[in-house]
Amino acid sequence: MIETRGLRKSFRSRAGRETKTVDAVRGVNLDVAEGEIFGFLGPNGAGKTTTLRMLATLIEPDGGEATIAGADLRKDPAEVRRRIGYVAQGGSTWDESTAREELVLHARLYGIGKAEAHRRAARALDAFQLSDYADRKCKTYSGGQRRRVEIALGIIHEPKIVFLDEPTTGLDPQSRAHMWDEIRRLRAEGMTVFITTHYLDEADALCDRIAIMDHGEVVAEGTPAELKREISGEVVIVGLDAPATPRAAELLDTEAYVNKLETVDEGGLRLYVDEGATAIPQVLRRLDGAGLDLRSIELHRPSLDDVFLTKTGRSLRES
Amino acid sequence: MKFARDTWLIFQRQFQLLLRNPVWLFVGVFQPVMYLLLFAPLLKAALNAPTQAAAYKIFVPGLLVLLAIFGGLFQGFGLIAELRAGVIERSRVTPVSRLALLLGRSLRDVVSLIAQAIIITLLALLFDLRVFIGYLLLAYLMLALIALMTSAVSYGVALKVKSEDALAPLMNTVAQPVLLLSGILLPLALAPGWLQGIANWNPFSWAVDGVRALFAGDLSNDKVWQGLTIIAVLAVAGVVWAARQFARSVR
Ligand SMILES: Nc1ncnc2c1ncn2[C@@H]1O[C@H](COP(=O)(O)OP(=O)(O)O)[C@@H](O)[C@H]1O
Ligand SMILES: [Mg+2]
Repeated sequence: MIETRGLRKSFRSRAGRETKTVDAVRGVNLDVAEGEIFGFLGPNGAGKTTTLRMLATLIEPDGGEATIAGADLRKDPAEVRRRIGYVAQGGSTWDESTAREELVLHARLYGIGKAEAHRRAARALDAFQLSDYADRKCKTYSGGQRRRVEIALGIIHEPKIVFLDEPTTGLDPQSRAHMWDEIRRLRAEGMTVFITTHYLDEADALCDRIAIMDHGEVVAEGTPAELKREISGEVVIVGLDAPATPRAAELLDTEAYVNKLETVDEGGLRLYVDEGATAIPQVLRRLDGAGLDLRSIELHRPSLDDVFLTKTGRSLRES
Repeated sequence: MKFARDTWLIFQRQFQLLLRNPVWLFVGVFQPVMYLLLFAPLLKAALNAPTQAAAYKIFVPGLLVLLAIFGGLFQGFGLIAELRAGVIERSRVTPVSRLALLLGRSLRDVVSLIAQAIIITLLALLFDLRVFIGYLLLAYLMLALIALMTSAVSYGVALKVKSEDALAPLMNTVAQPVLLLSGILLPLALAPGWLQGIANWNPFSWAVDGVRALFAGDLSNDKVWQGLTIIAVLAVAGVVWAARQFARSVR
């Protein structure tokens, strides 16, 4: 549905006398399949928005090419515009207009006739549970309501693909969950959804496939499960009193299912295993058999943050 | 066809929003009326005009051109607000004509200027100003072209600088010499030769002369067609340039 090869964009910005060049996107290759929720995960400044704006024909790439819903981005941007929807990160509604007015106008800008535009606006207001405030000015809406209007605008012309730039940033947890449902509904209706996010849990829970972006480059791509599986396996953390730790380490180090073992300074062990669920009972039996008391045992499954950490050397939470 | 439809859609929307804010209309009419009532009486003496109506024949055209210039030049501020709200970017992802994004807005400015001009003309009629209707319409055409040019330029500059802080001093710097060198408030016939020489390079000075000739009922005056031609060419150039900014502007 979306295929990009070597997409690049640099910005020249002037700071005082000097001109600086920022390589915002440095050669991005992506393959997004039809009907999936594709997530672009990366910290602020990674180049997510710039990539999206190139794909949405808002800025011209410096290099590379892309095919979007069958249309060539460089040769036929007008056709790309007809086939996609785009919802910007910073909002796109006018304070003094009502949701209905915005929806009708936006539909008409896509060439849809007046009567049909009104029908679609009514349907969208209904689908996004906005009917109650449809004729109130946008400035009176809550953050979540406004975001829903914006998504409704992005899909009013029934595009094949919709790009959502950080659709849940700044929303409270409840509106966020609501938004996830809306996005899943779009997928259920057959749309391909391309979202950007810097939330790990969002990428994990919502997206069918993700690309992790850092400093203008895609550093990893796959389903969340695949990406997590690729690294390290799982970790069983055994809590022990300091005196008991060396003895336990001795016992467990020889076990076949333990790939690697680390001692925790204040007492306890970290066991790297392939599958924690089967390792835990064996660890318990072994320690119990040797008469060692353990204080706690916990299983740590790798998160997307661990993936990010292995690929970039930094944690996404910190950046 | 698509272009005309797109322009109409943008115009309609902008005009609707304008009407929703009646304060604007009040301010837009109040100020010129103040000029008409409080400044014009001084002119009769200053210009040695035989009657108040004769003074108005000179002053009202200048006032109208002044409104057209300023009404246009400061429209960019509204656009920067739209830019910030993301409305422009949202329009630009649709297949809407880029020229229509500009023209729909500029036409709104032209229409509101002409509305202002009509109100002021009607008021001036109360003070015995008399103009032949055909000539008046030609004068309005000139005003419309001026407003079209200045508003297009203002939009184009707004898209380039993207901030009110940069737009305000820029527009003021442009507007001041344009105003002083156009003979808007007082005819340049009163000015020394060197000043008239500089003013010849100011297109608005030609426009003001043209409108004054029309108000005086002097259609055969060359300044009429010269002013119209100069302003029309500049308006087209301004519109083309500004539409290009809409086509490639970034946030
Ligand atoms: N219009 C622009 N002019 C100059 N620099 C820009 C512009 N847009 C983005 N950048 C820079 O490009 C980099 C990537 O930005 P962006 O794509 O917005 O990242 P993200 O959306 O992942 O947070 C940043 O360093 C940003 O400052
Ligand atoms: Mg961004």
